[in-house]
Amino acid sequence: MSATTMSGEPISATTAAEHGVDLLQGDTGEWELVVGLEVHVELQTRTKMWCGCSTDFGADPNTNVCPVCTGQPGALPVVNEQAVRDATLLGLALNGEIAPICRFHRKNYFYPDLAKNYQISQYDVPLVNDGWLDVEVPTGDGQSVSRRVRIERLHMEEDTGKSLHVGDTGRLHGADRSLIDYNRCGIPLLEIVSRPDIHDADTAQAYLRELQSIVRATGVSDARMEEGSIRCDANVSVRRPGDELGTRTEIKNLNSIRSLGRAIAYEAQRQIGVIEDGGTIVMETRHWDEGRGVTETLRVKESVTDYRYFPDPDLVEITSPAEKVEAIRTLLPELPAASRARLGEAGVTPEQAAAIIATGLLPWFDDAVAAGADGAAAANWLVGDIAGQLSAEGLRIEAAGLTGAHVAELIALIEDGTLSTKLAKQVVAGVIDARGAKGPAQVAEDQGLRQVSDEGELRTIVEQVVAANADTVEAIRGGNDKAIGALVGQVMKETRGQADPRKTNELLREVIG
Amino acid sequence: MALSADEVRHVARLARLALTDAEVEALAPQLSQILAYAEQVGEVAAQDVEPTTHPFALRDVSRPDEPQPSLPREDVLAAAPHAEQDRFGVPRIVSEEG
Amino acid sequence: MVLTRLSAVELAQKLRTKDVSAVEVVEAHLERIAAIDGVVADGDVWRAVPADELTSRDIHAYLHVTAAAAREHAADVDRRRAAGDDLGPLAGVPLALKDVLTMRGAPTTVGSRMLEGWLPPYDATVTERLRAADLVVLGKTNMDEFAMGSSTENSAYGPTRNPWDLGRVPGGSSGGSAAAVAGLMAPLSIGTDTGGSIRQPAALTGIVGAKPTYGTVSRYGLVAFASSLDQAGPFARTVEDAAHLQTLIHGHDPRDSTSITDTPADLLTTLRDGIDGLRIGVVTELQGDGYEPGVRRVFEQALERFERLGAKIVEVSLPHAGYGLPAYYLIAPSEASSNLARFDGVRYGLRVDAPTAEEMNAATRAAGFGPEVKRRIMIGTHALSSGYYDAYYLQASKVRTLIARDFASAFEQADVLVSPTSPTVAFGLGDKTADPLAMYLNDVATVPASLAGTPALSLPAGTAEAPDAPQATLPVGLQIMAPLLRDDLMYRVGWAFESDLGFTPIPAGDTAVEVA
Ligand SMILES: [Mg+2]
Ligand SMILES: [Zn+2]
Repeated sequence: MSATTMSGEPISATTAAEHGVDLLQGDTGEWELVVGLEVHVELQTRTKMWCGCSTDFGADPNTNVCPVCTGQPGALPVVNEQAVRDATLLGLALNGEIAPICRFHRKNYFYPDLAKNYQISQYDVPLVNDGWLDVEVPTGDGQSVSRRVRIERLHMEEDTGKSLHVGDTGRLHGADRSLIDYNRCGIPLLEIVSRPDIHDADTAQAYLRELQSIVRATGVSDARMEEGSIRCDANVSVRRPGDELGTRTEIKNLNSIRSLGRAIAYEAQRQIGVIEDGGTIVMETRHWDEGRGVTETLRVKESVTDYRYFPDPDLVEITSPAEKVEAIRTLLPELPAASRARLGEAGVTPEQAAAIIATGLLPWFDDAVAAGADGAAAANWLVGDIAGQLSAEGLRIEAAGLTGAHVAELIALIEDGTLSTKLAKQVVAGVIDARGAKGPAQVAEDQGLRQVSDEGELRTIVEQVVAANADTVEAIRGGNDKAIGALVGQVMKETRGQADPRKTNELLREVIG
Repeated sequence: MALSADEVRHVARLARLALTDAEVEALAPQLSQILAYAEQVGEVAAQDVEPTTHPFALRDVSRPDEPQPSLPREDVLAAAPHAEQDRFGVPRIVSEEG
Repeated sequence: MVLTRLSAVELAQKLRTKDVSAVEVVEAHLERIAAIDGVVADGDVWRAVPADELTSRDIHAYLHVTAAAAREHAADVDRRRAAGDDLGPLAGVPLALKDVLTMRGAPTTVGSRMLEGWLPPYDATVTERLRAADLVVLGKTNMDEFAMGSSTENSAYGPTRNPWDLGRVPGGSSGGSAAAVAGLMAPLSIGTDTGGSIRQPAALTGIVGAKPTYGTVSRYGLVAFASSLDQAGPFARTVEDAAHLQTLIHGHDPRDSTSITDTPADLLTTLRDGIDGLRIGVVTELQGDGYEPGVRRVFEQALERFERLGAKIVEVSLPHAGYGLPAYYLIAPSEASSNLARFDGVRYGLRVDAPTAEEMNAATRAAGFGPEVKRRIMIGTHALSSGYYDAYYLQASKVRTLIARDFASAFEQADVLVSPTSPTVAFGLGDKTADPLAMYLNDVATVPASLAGTPALSLPAGTAEAPDAPQATLPVGLQIMAPLLRDDLMYRVGWAFESDLGFTPIPAGDTAVEVA
């Protein structure tokens, strides 16, 4: 296959030099890595792409199915208008041009999870062309560099069913039969194809992370890699700087942003090794083995792929007149780049800002600030302790019942001295336990969590502790300043952890003299 | 154009048809004859003519994103040559997806 | 009064006045089917006898006769009529359905081993509408496998015979539906037309058959052959009956994206308006060489009749019509190769066991499809494949545009176009089965209107001899083509012609179909 895009134009790639990316060092010289990503996003519409079946995740097998999505003889597809709107919205968010007229093609191939044995997709006239994404790539020193990755196209298609491989390993290889559930078959899918503008694993990861954030911001999908609602394949090749594009391999089974980075790094080294050893790269699909950290050839296709694309005669053209596109454009929410800038102005560090956006916590952040919280403090709590506790519990923030107002309330309790940081963490746990039915103040009150900072009460306890620990007091007076920690601990013990640590320290020094 | 037996076998693979050698031998001349006839379309100069896929230029036919009842699972599985665990069963899959 | 001889309109009239009951009408037809069609008349659903047990006297129009359901529905219509309910104009009239349309409660085989015994889990829109109009479905009719053929000899369940001469074919692919009506086993039936599959069998069996404007009749539940061409339409023994039946099945369907939203023309109000002053275009390219002398003679007489009726005959040209058949035999197989991919042994129908899924698919398809279906899948797969697409499928689609333009300019010179429907009268069983291309040439006159999407009707224009049987009396069909969405005009011209001709489309002289 010659190096052309689907619409037939020659592929143009950027160079590593243009992007300020280092070349890879082989035994025989320098190599340039060239990566393009194909990302599939499952839309969160209520119904499937061509029929009224529900898209609910996790339904019993073959319960969200009908004549259309099980490919019954005589059944016909009808486009889900919401899917077209969602695809347009995402296309605009990716700075793409919306085609005034687009159509659907059939991609013909046999596979048991594809009910019609063709996938309805788009071919020479996709909905969206020529977008781009500016991604922030961390440089490792807390800073980041911005790189532009062009997007060749975004097109609409349909998902396939799911196979359960039975017998032996439960994986495809070695199974003795497969059982098919068509619930997922026909769920609207967007395919987003980047240009080969990526020259290192970090940029690839940043691109996928940014895309995931944009998908979430537009609300068209929850973009969960672990549930497969966003999936990524990588086309990887290497070349000598200045040369034509090398032969690429396509890597599948990239189940996380981390595995995307690892797989690209591995595959680049593998290809360099093969070529430097006098071999050639074969155009093939490779499978990423996360456990072993290697890519492997998938079983070789039995014949050359020939999808025999042709316009689907069951469907008609979709038009996107300017007024329709502009109406959809007005629905564009704030996009991650703008959010990042806004968070920066609110005093949030770039790393925390990225984390808030990537994990979908921005609405909680905004609610917390609206309820009076300081931006930096809200960010600290959201991406720090709250995120940690939620992930330890395996809960999403919605499920935990935590609101932005809770975060603001928590911060206010710290600021007025009612809670120490340590107590505040216990309060967060209490709010999560109650699934938000009790707010921080209520939890603190119910559990008697309140910092002892009353001068008189604390002084009495400090005096008792000093009196009871003459040896330690002696050591401190003798210059062992660190020993004061032991006395702080004693005070904490006496107050069941509720003493204000700063005040305790001050009082101890005052009493010891 | 005349199709060779090997070309017939290639097309049969794409079409997923297990043809016998006798069928391949019989089809090669038949398909060649039909294609030779059909190739007359090439006599028409149609460079700048838009292809027609529908007699009517209908556009923007779509439906609202509103759930409709699905079929009872029993009705769908009833016709399956092999069903197991509420799913459609097939023998071991050898080829690669997509 | 012989109920099976009456037209649908006549039956409807007698049903309305309660001269007869719907049950009586159904029984009369079931009786005739049992007598001449070669079915095992037993149980709720009667089955055609297996192909190797059919005799040369069995017409074999039906694959399945839904006797119990038909009786029950008829009884229900009678009950509701007795109760004074407002019923549709043809309520209680029986009809036969081509086995390519899904209907719950009976198998849909599409004339193929692939779907033997398949019970569809849903009703086609056409089926739903017929039921809602209280037409009583008698059963599912025989057809060329997957509607691919022009003689109904490609059915996996044995050929249908022409009621005019049991040694001859009824045409195809809707040969069963045509033979059921011509053989008085139903007053009405539904066929489907992709390249002529309603019009050509109508011509060969001496009845009326119409392909409506593409997009006016829903394809939902029509097992697809070539999606951009397939269209269901009526068979009847009179033009008026056909117009009534088309009226019941056309109209927008949101489940078919190619269904047009315009309200279709009213086919009945102008039916009897006559053709005085109309311009009737004779298509230069659809006559002459390749058309049998008998067919040409009857066609010439038809033109004279039109002139007598006040119409003006004009000569028009469809310059690209000659490329219609080559284009059709690329486009239709291409679409079919993809449409028929779903028959793979996984979800329904036949499965031939094999160690792997891929081998199972290939073995199932090899065993389930007959030779003509395999041929067309192969042609279509090749025409779409890498390196051939532009020269074959794409070029054919461009030719299609040119043919549509030809029609548009022809309709500036003439109100309707006419031609013989088929270049030949009914030919003998087995005469053309060895030569696929010779069989394809049957569609030469019908395919252009299919590619352009225009409505076209065939009605009996007289009878002629056959080249191999100078004494034979076989029907000749006249094709009337109208502009897009002007189905009303085509019926109006047809009605004027028919009422002047006074043809009785009932075969005589053959004992097998002699009527009581
Ligand atoms: Mg795709
Ligand atoms: Zn469905």
